[in-house]
Amino acid sequence: MSGREPSAGWPLWEVFVRARRGLSHNHVGSLHAPDAEMALRNARDVYTRRQEGVSIWVVPADAITASSPDEKDPFFDPAGDKVYRHPTFYDVPGGVQM
Amino acid sequence: MTADLVAYAQRLGDDALVLAQRLGEWSSRAPELEEDVALTNIGLDLLGQARALLSYAGEVEGAGRDEDDLAYLREEREFTNCLLVEQPNDDFGATIARQLYFSTYQLELYQALRGSADQTLAAVAAKAAKEVAYHRDHATMWTLRLGDGTEESHARMRDGLERLWPYAGELFEADEVVQRLAAAGTAADPASLRDGWDRHLDATLAEATLARPDGRWLPGTGRRGVHSEHMGYLLAELQYLHRLHPGARW
Repeated sequence: MSGREPSAGWPLWEVFVRARRGLSHNHVGSLHAPDAEMALRNARDVYTRRQEGVSIWVVPADAITASSPDEKDPFFDPAGDKVYRHPTFYDVPGGVQM
Repeated sequence: MTADLVAYAQRLGDDALVLAQRLGEWSSRAPELEEDVALTNIGLDLLGQARALLSYAGEVEGAGRDEDDLAYLREEREFTNCLLVEQPNDDFGATIARQLYFSTYQLELYQALRGSADQTLAAVAAKAAKEVAYHRDHATMWTLRLGDGTEESHARMRDGLERLWPYAGELFEADEVVQRLAAAGTAADPASLRDGWDRHLDATLAEATLARPDGRWLPGTGRRGVHSEHMGYLLAELQYLHRLHPGARW
């Protein structure tokens, strides 16, 4: 091999793994792959080789619309002082598990 | 019969060990980080198979040799792997060609060995068949993408297939050891693996727009311990640490 060529524009994929039945898929990381089928196989090798999962989703990273850090205040700040949205004003009967 | 079983388990183990060593050479050198992990992962599967098979060979032999003795302390002429697995990695196309030929064969082999009269071989094969099904899938996926990719990737995949083609024939040879064991239901008859191998190879190459190489198969010499010039270098890298520091652990 004459040295490593730079990645020829393989798209980025976000990987979600379900640890076991009954749990939801959680985001575990990302990887590069030429297409969805290869992304699934790469995800199997990179993220589940120590028995971390029973199911994998891969999603093209550019298909995800994310909130921007600049919008942090309008997005999340208003929720900060609205304690009445938390169910903290109820008396919890004994024996009920939170 | 015991000597035959030792020889057979050792062959299968040597095939797995030597190919594991070759795939390990891709560590940090694959075209992409993800492929680095995939190839070395496949190598680790093969190493696990080698450990089980060589341990078993040593146990049946009854001379007190364990897997490490067999892997690290034999000389080149005592290794009985086929010539295909010791061939250099070359470029990624050639590596995938070698993987396609070998994993397609190995899957047929392990599937057949699940029904072996020898309980241990049957158990090792049952576990390994699942691993190798993934190895074949990996090689198939890449053959399709390289063959049906760019002009450059097609040419490299074609060159790899043609360069390694002469070594594929050895996979289907049966010497007296294999013939006796196959007659006893212990070994898989290599000729019976040909159909499945041909079918998968032809279907994959056709879809990948690649021609099946039509060159001749070389008679195999690996099962007699006669290897290509690459083998000594491979063993030097595999064995030197253990020979320098006998019993080294980490």
